[in-house]
Amino acid sequence: MAHGPAKGLSRWLFTTNHKDIGTMYLWFSFLMFFVGGMFALVIRAELFQPGLQIVEPEFFNQMTTLHGLIMVFGAVMPAFVGLANWMIPMMVGAPDMALPRMNNWSFWILPFAFTALISTLFMEGGAPNFGWTFYAPLSTTYAPPSVTLFIFSVHIMGASSIMGAINIIATILNMRAPGMTLMKMPLFVWTWLITAYLLIAVMPVLAGVVTMMLMDIHFGTSFFNAAGGGDPVLFQHVFWFFGHPEVYIMILPAFGIVSAIIPTFARKPLFGYSSMVYATASIAFLSFIVWAHHMFTVGMPLASELIFMYATMLIAVPTGVKVFNWVTTMWKGSMTFETPMLFSIAFVILFTIGGFSGLMLAIAPADFQYHDTYFVVAHFHYVLVPGAIFSITAAVYYWLPKWSGRMYDETMGKVHFWIAFIGLNVTFFPMHFSGLAGMPRRIPDYNPLWADWNMISSVGAFLFGAAQVLFLYIVIRTIVSGRPATDQVWEGAEGLEWTVASPAPYHTFSTPPEVR
Amino acid sequence: MRLSYRTPIALFALVSSALLTAPALAGEWQLNMTEGVTALSQEVFSLHMLIFWICCVIGVVVFGAMFISMYLHRKSRGAVADNFHESTVLEIIWTIIPFAILIGMAIPATKTLVKIYDTDNPDVEVLVTGYQWKWKYEYPEEGVSFFSSLSTPKDEIYGDADKGPHYLLEVDEPLIIPAGKKVRFLVTAADVIHSWWVPDLAVKRDAIPGYINEAWTRVEEPGLYRGQCAELCGKDHGFMPIEVKVVSQEEFDEWIAERQARAAEIAEAAKQTLEFDELYAQGEQVYQQFCATCHQPEGQGAGIFPAIAGSPIATGPVADHLNRVINGGGAMPAFGEQLTPVQTAAVVTFQRNAFGNNMGDLVQPIDVVSFEQGQ
Repeated sequence: MAHGPAKGLSRWLFTTNHKDIGTMYLWFSFLMFFVGGMFALVIRAELFQPGLQIVEPEFFNQMTTLHGLIMVFGAVMPAFVGLANWMIPMMVGAPDMALPRMNNWSFWILPFAFTALISTLFMEGGAPNFGWTFYAPLSTTYAPPSVTLFIFSVHIMGASSIMGAINIIATILNMRAPGMTLMKMPLFVWTWLITAYLLIAVMPVLAGVVTMMLMDIHFGTSFFNAAGGGDPVLFQHVFWFFGHPEVYIMILPAFGIVSAIIPTFARKPLFGYSSMVYATASIAFLSFIVWAHHMFTVGMPLASELIFMYATMLIAVPTGVKVFNWVTTMWKGSMTFETPMLFSIAFVILFTIGGFSGLMLAIAPADFQYHDTYFVVAHFHYVLVPGAIFSITAAVYYWLPKWSGRMYDETMGKVHFWIAFIGLNVTFFPMHFSGLAGMPRRIPDYNPLWADWNMISSVGAFLFGAAQVLFLYIVIRTIVSGRPATDQVWEGAEGLEWTVASPAPYHTFSTPPEVR
Repeated sequence: MRLSYRTPIALFALVSSALLTAPALAGEWQLNMTEGVTALSQEVFSLHMLIFWICCVIGVVVFGAMFISMYLHRKSRGAVADNFHESTVLEIIWTIIPFAILIGMAIPATKTLVKIYDTDNPDVEVLVTGYQWKWKYEYPEEGVSFFSSLSTPKDEIYGDADKGPHYLLEVDEPLIIPAGKKVRFLVTAADVIHSWWVPDLAVKRDAIPGYINEAWTRVEEPGLYRGQCAELCGKDHGFMPIEVKVVSQEEFDEWIAERQARAAEIAEAAKQTLEFDELYAQGEQVYQQFCATCHQPEGQGAGIFPAIAGSPIATGPVADHLNRVINGGGAMPAFGEQLTPVQTAAVVTFQRNAFGNNMGDLVQPIDVVSFEQGQ
């Protein structure tokens, strides 16, 4: 048992330990979160008032593109994989991930992918400037040369995600402790199992679509080139067949996190466990048959519009079930409001608001007015920032004492929460208004009609950014000098991860625990 | 430090009351979607408000229950946790009720969508083509076509002059349609994907190369309605506005006749032979209007946009140069449709002799016409 970590850099380079790899994923995503956040602040600074003051339109487009790509692929996804690495073996009573060497590899290719992507900023012609959705032919015939490097880096990110997903599935299906039946698994494990299947299903589609782009750009094919007999709309169908499940990849693990935290601080078991599992599976299934709601304005036939509209509206049902279950879990509990709970409650409220605007967007005739405006920007930031970012933040506060063996400062955590909560709403709520008032997204300059809301959004964005710097400080301070945490950490917490010491030993569950 | 847990309640109340008063306020702090000026846009608006209010009611119920619980069931008030954690009946109820609400939304939405898709039997037809970064409007029946591009001066954009009220929403030549008539838009694009959007008409259709999408409108009241490109289409995506001028049928007919006469003049002008100085001077104007956004005012190029100064095309064979300007290539859009033969001849002459290129040759409008015919 006395087999500790290696010393120095080689520990991190060659590690096969799920905790080390989880830690690296989390720090990497934290770094990417700041890089993507800086790009967002460039966007908000330029949009602070009408006119071009800080950047030129070309650079602005590079910022919107890289902000989206880095937040999606660099910040949110690796953070969830990091949490999975840390928590899933401990939650199912396994000694490590099923495929530890592949685990090392799937992390270590990521820094290279993102170095390649970010380095395009310094290339001639600049970084990718066609939006994170990279619609052809803007991203093929009309793209800067850096698009090739972009395609390469997307391939590496995809490979990393697929390896991560395979590893998670193999771990969950093969390495559960005796007695840990599927329907006894913590919901975080369930949501990640379903997410991993989504990843395996759609990452190859993303790889396919960027490969088709590569062929169009360099090898004379015309998949997306109308002049050569190809079809630009085909790109959108293939992209969104990946893209819609992708947005659920970024939210399902969040459901799992919140389903762990709310019962802990309500001191009451999760309400409707099995319906939560079924709702998650339903959402995952529906995610495959709604992709064209991103494309209501491309001119599909009426029948397709109707089918995709109805299917999209249906998502509200299982999502509603989840929200009702969380509220009912809180009902008649004995609640306290530590930082993880605050972030989780904010998650439920703000994610629901994002769900409402999502329902509005599902209504195809109304979507003709919303599509590609700031209303859409408001919608997906309301589901992704409180959805993914807040849940990850909640998870860090919730499990950091277990990881580091030290407690964060509760007052500072709460201050962080309130600045982030206010900053988020000040940033993104006015975007509903500017969008409804007619402001298209992805424009570097705009009519003064929308100036007031934009100025407020920009102020909020810097506030939100400041909150994240505070978060970084809190995390470092906890690790360096937080007061020691107990093994149980939270009074109401249940699950195998709380049965091990704090900080969690380098190797846990070398002998499987007994699960009743 | 202690923060009241009621703060989020207050914040939510503030935000939602702001949203609820949306229709009452207008102007710079505009909160809500425009009702627009067509029967269909008003229908879309009511649909939007219907769904919005339904969401508000659901929000009040769900968040209300949550806040009551957060107030009553907290440990600091001595609440003791219950242990209930399952109810199949509840799960079924809150599956069925939302489902029923959704059906209530889907019915009016379907009706409106069917109307939007009814593009048959128009009185007037307009072919709208998106270009990087301008719109081309064509009336196939009447044989009239023209380009419409941003008219806001650069000085306003870079803060060297005060911004006008229609900053970035004004064009040199608006689209003109007759009032009270069903107008069908056929929407396509010449290079990348654009999207033709006028909020007051509730018309948004993607302009996609290789596709011709259909949309329609019928505006009863004459007026000027503004919109913008809604699909990221490159560098100047934010700078390709739309202006639709709705006029009476008589005015419309007059305008068409005037346009037809002008088209005949342009065809006539292509037959003349011009002096070098004339071509060079006009070419400079054309260059600054059409080419300088990418190739830069001094022809030095920028990023992926190559320099004209010393360019192998501008200093190579005339036919290749004409081909590039007329047909485009790579990231360069085709300008054959956008420029008259005189303009093409002028700008090619200019590029071959400006920025130190000094080729000393000149291109006549007739050369352009024969090049285009020879293709």
